[in-house]
Amino acid sequence: MKTTRLLAWLAIAIGAIYFIVPLIGTFEFSLRMRRGEYSFDAYRSVFTDMQFRATFGFSMLMALFTIVFGMLLVVPTAYWVRLRLPQLRPVVEFITLLPLVIPAIVIVFGYLRLYNSSSFLPLTNSTTGTNMLLVFSYMTLSLPYMYRAVDTAMRMIDVATLTEAAESLGAKWPTILFRCIFPNVMSGVLSGAFITFAIVMGEFTMASLLNRPAFGPYLQLVGANKAYEPSALAIIAFAITWLSMGLLQLVSRFHKTAPVKA
Amino acid sequence: MKRTALIDRRTVVDWLGIAPFMLFALLFLILPTLYLVTGAFLTPDGTFTFKNIADLFSPSILAAYWISIKVSLASSLGGAVIGFFLAWAIVMGGLPRVFRSGLLTFSGVASNFAGVPLAFAFIATLGRTGLVTVLLRDLIGFNLYSTGFNLLSFLGLTITYMFFQIPLMVLILTPALDGMKREWREASEILGASTWQYWRMIALPILWPSLLGTTLLLFANAFGAVATAYALTGSSLNIVPILLFAQIRGDVLHNPNLGYALALGMIVITGLSNVLYIWLRSRAERWQK
Repeated sequence: MKTTRLLAWLAIAIGAIYFIVPLIGTFEFSLRMRRGEYSFDAYRSVFTDMQFRATFGFSMLMALFTIVFGMLLVVPTAYWVRLRLPQLRPVVEFITLLPLVIPAIVIVFGYLRLYNSSSFLPLTNSTTGTNMLLVFSYMTLSLPYMYRAVDTAMRMIDVATLTEAAESLGAKWPTILFRCIFPNVMSGVLSGAFITFAIVMGEFTMASLLNRPAFGPYLQLVGANKAYEPSALAIIAFAITWLSMGLLQLVSRFHKTAPVKA
Repeated sequence: MKRTALIDRRTVVDWLGIAPFMLFALLFLILPTLYLVTGAFLTPDGTFTFKNIADLFSPSILAAYWISIKVSLASSLGGAVIGFFLAWAIVMGGLPRVFRSGLLTFSGVASNFAGVPLAFAFIATLGRTGLVTVLLRDLIGFNLYSTGFNLLSFLGLTITYMFFQIPLMVLILTPALDGMKREWREASEILGASTWQYWRMIALPILWPSLLGTTLLLFANAFGAVATAYALTGSSLNIVPILLFAQIRGDVLHNPNLGYALALGMIVITGLSNVLYIWLRSRAERWQK
């Protein structure tokens, strides 16, 4: 037993060193901008950069659209599959897992060939069209996480009974969906939303190849041209991820202690 | 007669319910992929050919695949081993419970902390003027870069990738280790088995589908990653995702259809490892009831 505990401490120590040292290193590096002393100059430089604000805002907007449209697609589908088409569950689940199988760069490569100016749906012809394509690509990327989060939340409630109860009270489909199902799977919707937010904010491949001014390509540009700002940005990005995941955990914990009564 | 008509209408409504999802999947997931897959077997003027596939076996492209496979393999094996020991430590190591929730929370964050910022973090740590490099040089006079180490290399990329590989392993393996029943351990001890025998004859046979499956998942995860490698090395390290990135940007292979074949190669490799992962996971779940 004693050797077990010793080994366990050793494993934790190695893990802690591997994970914490890069974070300390990054933070220390981000403070080095002023010669000879530590300062927050790199952060000041980042926050006053117009490009930072513009690209950050753009990515936030894209994340928001992705979450809203993603949920409008995923929740009704998960609901419908549970209620009416349980035999299709494996198929739908398989499709939602596909984005983990097909690398993002391959998916966006396909978009560029399929939706270019000479195609049946020339989305890349206009800025709005390309932005839409970017949102669709993000919806695809987050599909596995969104679907699983919503489906897990839906497992906790009795979809059929809820629907019958709502129907017998005279509710129409939109009412059932938006006032009955959505509120009951809110924990899943929120978990999916936070993880989507974390994915979209730093995403590089899609935005870069679709040529959109998002936060990810901006990060790469700063990394190629500046010395200390990248570290400050890495710390900021880490904080964003930490915040999204923290909120996610909070939601799921909150949900566990106070389950919504079906 | 009337009754069958009613059933038919209901079936139609049922299918209409998931039509938006199916349409979305078709347009933005399946058709784009199929376009590339079929393009891989066509010449630029549209006739069927195997030449693109054959061209994948030219030395430069083969080298790119080989480096990609090596980096993915090394980072997934490294991530799997370290991740396994960390998961084991928090589940069976008898440590205070704070470590468990702490590590799991951190893993949730770190497994999502990939891409460009991760590259920055490792440049600031192990780059030429990074914290660890400088400390090693100033404190013990050890020059990391004189040993031939370079962050922009196979080893550097592997170490960097492990930052999101290890947490993923911890997250997937912890539930599997939680499923190991205490009774199995006790029963084996009563029968006189040593710790080594317990692991070799009970624990590992039960755990291996989870272990191997998750390693495959990590492999696919690393194989498709673009952003970290691109931000870290620019285009100096010739791995497949970077080559494909350059090909999409400006047809560096001088043959668009060879680009499709390159993409097909990626799908085949990540696809195979994922299919194996799913199969192994279904085997692993037998014991987790």
